[in-house]
Amino acid sequence: MASPNELEVVWETRDGATILKPAGDIDLSRSPVLRNDIRKAIGDKPGRLVIELSGVSYMDSSGVATLVEAMQLARKINAKLVLCALTDRVHSIFEIARLDQFFTICADVNEAMEA
Amino acid sequence: MSDPKPVIEIRLLSDPMYLAGARELVLGLTRRLGFKQDESGRIALAVDEALANVINHGYARALDRPIWMSIWTQTPEGLPGLRITIEDEAKQIDPDSICGRDLDDVKPGGLGVHIIREVMDKAVYERRESVGMRLTMIKALTPKSTHAREHANG
Repeated sequence: MASPNELEVVWETRDGATILKPAGDIDLSRSPVLRNDIRKAIGDKPGRLVIELSGVSYMDSSGVATLVEAMQLARKINAKLVLCALTDRVHSIFEIARLDQFFTICADVNEAMEA
Repeated sequence: MSDPKPVIEIRLLSDPMYLAGARELVLGLTRRLGFKQDESGRIALAVDEALANVINHGYARALDRPIWMSIWTQTPEGLPGLRITIEDEAKQIDPDSICGRDLDDVKPGGLGVHIIREVMDKAVYERRESVGMRLTMIKALTPKSTHAREHANG
């Protein structure tokens, strides 16, 4: 049986990009799972890392912190980090934290591949 | 006049796994009280951040320490809204030292207090009488924050 603290993260590669699709709430108990996947993905040195968030119904500041760290790691390897398909509730925390301009945020994966 | 009793009092352990239950409780209650859906989500987020701060900073990630959450469905002035207290047994610190980081200095972490203060009308940290800290958060239910318009629009 899956642990209640597990977060499912589906991986996809496309045209030199890695696309991560987490599904579930991302809070203090689960953000370390996403962090591990992001660090593994960055370790493969993709040209672009897309994080597709349509399956994430809730994110707290630990999730946002994980994505800020991802941006810093991506910059170190000259990779482009793009977020896409944010629900309104998840987008709200980026607005409150005034990070909606810090990240490249797209409507969907196709747009994120071109951003 | 004596202080009214809270309508909800819960005690939870400082395990991040239980944050989901606390925020779902707040989300459901605020919706029932008449807060708009997005406002309810923001209030639940603020409560989640307050609890996470206790776990992270107060208890240094220990999983078995107590946290108490009490909820009143009126502001201290007796108006419709919320008063929520979060209490712990963590080491007491100077309440004035609790502040959010500069948002222009983008780095991982340090957003919780900013979110709480941004969402709530008032957020006050204080030392409890004997041990630990208390955070009191106030959010009034105003015409702008109610979902009457959501219902009117179907």
